[in-house]
Amino acid sequence: MSDAASYLPKHPPVNDWVNDFDHTDPRWTENPFPIWDELRASSPIVHTERFLGCYMPTTYEAVRAIANDTEHFSSRRIIVRDVRPEQLAKAPPITSDPPEHKPAKQLLLPPFTPDAMKKLEPRVRAICNELIDEFIADGKCDAAARYTKHIPVRAIAHMLGIPESDGDLFIQWIHDILERGIKDHETLMKAAEAMDGYFAEHIERRKTQPSDDLITTLMNARDKNGQPLQDEHVRGSLRLLLIAGIDTTWSAIGSSLWHLARTPADRERLAREPKLMPSAVEELLRAYSPVTMAREVVKETSVSGCPVKPGNMVLLSFPAANRDPVMFPDADKVVLDRKENRHAAFGLGIHRCVGSNLARMEMTVALEEWLKRIPDFRLDPAGKVTWSEGTVRGPRQLPMLFGQAA
Amino acid sequence: MAAKLKIRVDQDKCQGHARCKSLAPELFELDEYGNAHEVGDGTVPAGLEDKAWLAQTNCPEIAIEVTEE
Repeated sequence: MSDAASYLPKHPPVNDWVNDFDHTDPRWTENPFPIWDELRASSPIVHTERFLGCYMPTTYEAVRAIANDTEHFSSRRIIVRDVRPEQLAKAPPITSDPPEHKPAKQLLLPPFTPDAMKKLEPRVRAICNELIDEFIADGKCDAAARYTKHIPVRAIAHMLGIPESDGDLFIQWIHDILERGIKDHETLMKAAEAMDGYFAEHIERRKTQPSDDLITTLMNARDKNGQPLQDEHVRGSLRLLLIAGIDTTWSAIGSSLWHLARTPADRERLAREPKLMPSAVEELLRAYSPVTMAREVVKETSVSGCPVKPGNMVLLSFPAANRDPVMFPDADKVVLDRKENRHAAFGLGIHRCVGSNLARMEMTVALEEWLKRIPDFRLDPAGKVTWSEGTVRGPRQLPMLFGQAA
Repeated sequence: MAAKLKIRVDQDKCQGHARCKSLAPELFELDEYGNAHEVGDGTVPAGLEDKAWLAQTNCPEIAIEVTEE
């Protein structure tokens, strides 16, 4: 997971954000917040000729309107890329539109309720402590590489019933699909094939040896006609759970620790008042939402007065919506006990993240265990924080000092 | 005496964010899909009014109605 810029095809630098935005520009990756403010001040929806033509709503209101309008905006493409291949890799239900969406989503919802997550919580707490054990004596660590990166991958592997030790493999596939894949189609296809082969093997094995895990649950599920799901559907859903469940939460935990490392008042308050954790988690989700989705315009319509045409993509930035001051007073401030917080970090409308309860539990546990054992920490001035590019934003290098070193 | 409150979750709008259940567990229950429903007939017991409003103002889908009786 080296420097992204070294192998991705270069896009020309942006000189005019309002008419020529590029969410893969290094300045956007590093610090998108002032760019979003500039775009929002200019218009509720902006357009770029890059990525074969792409709109971006800049206000919470416009993002909500698009998320709720499945008639004009399709989820058949959910990543804005340089290419627009006709062959689509389906990952139901995230890539589904009504009426196929609802039955596909209902299959996945029961294993991810808050009660189901409570059963998984002790394992996640143990994972966090196993990780902390490995570096706490050093007085410093790269918290992204040694801590935040491993928690979601191990938790989802545990749920799916696949080896937690295959985690590095999953992380590489996801990097190839979500980051490199924006500009490099071949790398994306290779990773998707490798992932499919991996899951095909696990599905085959369970046909003779069923197990008490999520893969088996999906294989035993029945559609509305009482028929088992096709292997392709099971593989697609597994692809989704793995892709959506890993670097998203890794990013959210990482951004939270990054914020706390550089904001002593919030760090001390959260360590002192653990009851604040639920509202703090929601506020950190709002302020540093990791996930940007996309839609494809399939029917002519207008957004906040701007006509949009079929064939164009729409960058659906929930992170930018969550910084809209019309919706959130002091939107650029982290207020750990914010009282009103209808944030859209997990999306809005029918595509609400199926793993939101899992993500919240992982974030809560990861921050609680870290704060219990490492209450005092700061960014290591000798190191460099780096951020992922594109669809999911979070720290990929997060050098920290703690204990006596802090 | 303060007015009695009643809550109702609009099932067409609820998407199962479960914020209400987390903020006011006494007033909401979740079904097998994680979608929220008001407990009983939605009458808010005395003392839980603040929690009802908190749930209402944090629902991302604006799916919760609070009415004063």
